[in-house]
Amino acid sequence: MKHDVKAPAVGESITEVRIAGWKKRSGEAVKPGEVLIEIESDKATVEVAADSPGVLTIQRPAGEMVKIGEVLGFIDDAASATVAGAASAAAKGNGAPVSPAVRKMTSEQGIDPASIRGTGKGGRVTKGDVIDRAESGAKSAAQATTAPASSVSSAPSPAAPPLSRAGGATYAGDPRDKRVPMTLLRQRIAERLVQAQRTAAILTTFNECDMGAVMELRAKHKETFKAKHGVGLGFMSFFTRAVVEALKAVPTVNAMIDGKDAIYRDYFDIGVAVGTERGLVVPVLRDAGAMGFPEIEKGILALAEKAKTGKLSMQDLSGGTFTISNGGTYGSLLSTPILNPPQSGILGMHKIQDRPMAVNGAVLVRPMMYLALSYDHRMIDGKEAVTFLVKVKEGIEDPAKLGFTV
Amino acid sequence: MADFDVIVIGAGPGGYVCAIRAAQLKLKVACVEKDKTLGGTCLNVGCIPSKALLDSSEHFAFAREKIAQHGVILKGIELDLPAMMKRKDGVVRSLTAGIAGLFKKNGVAHLSGQGSIKGAGKVAVKASDGSTKTYTATNIVIATGSEPSRIPIAPFDGKRILSSTEALTLSEVPAKLLVVGGGAIGLEMGSVWSRLGAKVTVVEFLDRIAAAFDKQASLELQKILAKQGLELKLATKVLSAKNTGQSVVVEMESASGKEKAEADYVLVSVGRRPFTDGLGLEDVGIAKDEAGRVEVNERFQTAVKGIYAIGDAIRGPMLAHKAEDEGVAVAEILAGQHGHVNYDVIPNVIYTWPELAAVGLTEEECKTKGLNIKTGTFPFMANGRAKALGDTEGFVKIIADARTDRVLGAHIVGPRASDLIAEIAAVMEFGGSAEDIARTCHGHPTLPEAVKEAALAVDKRQIHM
Repeated sequence: MKHDVKAPAVGESITEVRIAGWKKRSGEAVKPGEVLIEIESDKATVEVAADSPGVLTIQRPAGEMVKIGEVLGFIDDAASATVAGAASAAAKGNGAPVSPAVRKMTSEQGIDPASIRGTGKGGRVTKGDVIDRAESGAKSAAQATTAPASSVSSAPSPAAPPLSRAGGATYAGDPRDKRVPMTLLRQRIAERLVQAQRTAAILTTFNECDMGAVMELRAKHKETFKAKHGVGLGFMSFFTRAVVEALKAVPTVNAMIDGKDAIYRDYFDIGVAVGTERGLVVPVLRDAGAMGFPEIEKGILALAEKAKTGKLSMQDLSGGTFTISNGGTYGSLLSTPILNPPQSGILGMHKIQDRPMAVNGAVLVRPMMYLALSYDHRMIDGKEAVTFLVKVKEGIEDPAKLGFTV
Repeated sequence: MADFDVIVIGAGPGGYVCAIRAAQLKLKVACVEKDKTLGGTCLNVGCIPSKALLDSSEHFAFAREKIAQHGVILKGIELDLPAMMKRKDGVVRSLTAGIAGLFKKNGVAHLSGQGSIKGAGKVAVKASDGSTKTYTATNIVIATGSEPSRIPIAPFDGKRILSSTEALTLSEVPAKLLVVGGGAIGLEMGSVWSRLGAKVTVVEFLDRIAAAFDKQASLELQKILAKQGLELKLATKVLSAKNTGQSVVVEMESASGKEKAEADYVLVSVGRRPFTDGLGLEDVGIAKDEAGRVEVNERFQTAVKGIYAIGDAIRGPMLAHKAEDEGVAVAEILAGQHGHVNYDVIPNVIYTWPELAAVGLTEEECKTKGLNIKTGTFPFMANGRAKALGDTEGFVKIIADARTDRVLGAHIVGPRASDLIAEIAAVMEFGGSAEDIARTCHGHPTLPEAVKEAALAVDKRQIHM
């Protein structure tokens, strides 16, 4: 009996996913629970495991876009394995028909035509494209494993062109380059950043805060906090609290523009930018206005865990009324964050650095952090932006205002 | 709600194709036509009747001059001009009626009358009985075509100074016909009447006929037509043409001085101009360029939202197939699809015998553009099928990029050149190389083998030369 391997639902409103890679080969024996395939959406990566034992047949190669629920292959529990396990070998994305001159040249030169960026109709590879490739002397990693002539001349399934070719790529290339398709996540990040830059009138205002009081509180209550709540006391809870209070004082920073309307919110869904191996994601801490320090720390920890393991859901990532980005984690001293549209403001946290400061007429070395607020000037006036950032600063420098209790 | 999604004004090859394609895409379509029959210039007084006469007259010439070479002796060969004209009319009738049938099949409403635009989304149709009815449409497509260009020194009188329309319906074979203009129409109609017995003189202002074509190809055709008995007066300017009642006296001037000629009829075929009279374009604010063409953007939109234009009424070569492709593109754009016309690959044909067909760039254009090219030519004299047919004049010439081998243009003088060019157009559309043609198996013995050999010759490795 054959059991279909289907593209899984990865979140609401996602209808299409990309096959990031097969973990098993066609003809390989698989056991229930073994990971067969990695599926990538623009939000997250998920794995699909075998639900029955048998021999896998792959029907859709890696790199292809597929609809949710589409059959990607099947497991036949009556068949016997034809290939040994392990090794690499994802299905080779090859086989689109090529013209006779291209066929001859690529066979002779041992180039996989699928690895050449085509300039002909519908992205087809022309003889000129092969000549260009030959003249640039390119031997990219993809064709280092020379394609045998037979696989080039037999042309069964028209495979989808590599993603790198889509989206109007125009760069001619240098043989020393390495061209890889952008992940959906990276493409989405790129789109949204450019969109933000194009639509909003982004301006950044700066301030700095003395972290001394917060650091003292942390040092003093760290262990009790951990013992009582099972989670560490970090800086994020202080900043989240300070931001919530500042948003309450300056509501336009928590508002957004929709067409010709401004939308105000008296709830505070705070996006927390988290760097992952695959790129930046901004999961949202919901209703942070109603949370105390322990709830905030627990919430952020849970989101960060999900982000690192690629388990964030659509729900975790959508919405958000304001964002906090902590470039300080990586050592940034000062930066101008880009808005996370349609939000109107984003706070940039930075590295805490001991600096000589003038305090009450004396020079003291204090642990200082620069703060940056990028804001949409269409929505927020300079005065409001500056007031907001001063409120954040005051909250951090006088945590009593934030209602900190252990 | 509007009466129609689209009203197409004009049922020539641009308009009727646009209407049918739009109807296929589930749009509610009407097509306005002022003439009694559908099909426009092309079907009624252009491409189709001229080809009917070209084929008929070539049969006559073949019977008189060539069939004996095949060992077939015909005696008492006569021309029945009324029968030839009747056959031509029958071809036209069946094709125009065919379009009416296609409209019915696809649910295109045929609005009979003169269309004019009364503003965005409004078309008035004035019927032949004088009554006017106004229809509304979300989109309007102007496909009103073109008419023969007039020149003041030789104004059409419909009697002896003729446009192409009248040259298709002469009731007698003129003893002498003078053709002003050595382009497609002049050479085709000149050929028709020459084959039927007229002494034909073609007067061309430029120094060669078919001047828009590749020089090598047009000079080859020039040589062949001269041999067929057409008198070609090149680099000659017509100063005046006067209808004296019995004949036309034409005054001409060339480097060797002025001269006079007398002919029974003069055909003025110096090109065509867009026909947009009475459309009311000025009233709705649609601009025309200095040549009278409706200005459109790359999506065929005029300055007024919802009004499009295609075919001879806009920029680009005045060719039926170009108009058809634009009609399809507009229909698809209106249906939300991506419609596109590739102007770099539009075949162009002169239907003399042999025919002259071209696609893409000429060698001269390549040089002007500074392109580094290589060319391959192959004569029909060396093609087995052409020899069997007895049609060995002409050649196939293919121009390719010197480095990438991409086919940039092709020029064919020869039997059925019009059909042979299609293969090269398809290859060019896909960005193919001369080698791609050379490595495609061609049937033997066929005329297309000459195309393959020319492709081989691009790389100097033709087999049969």
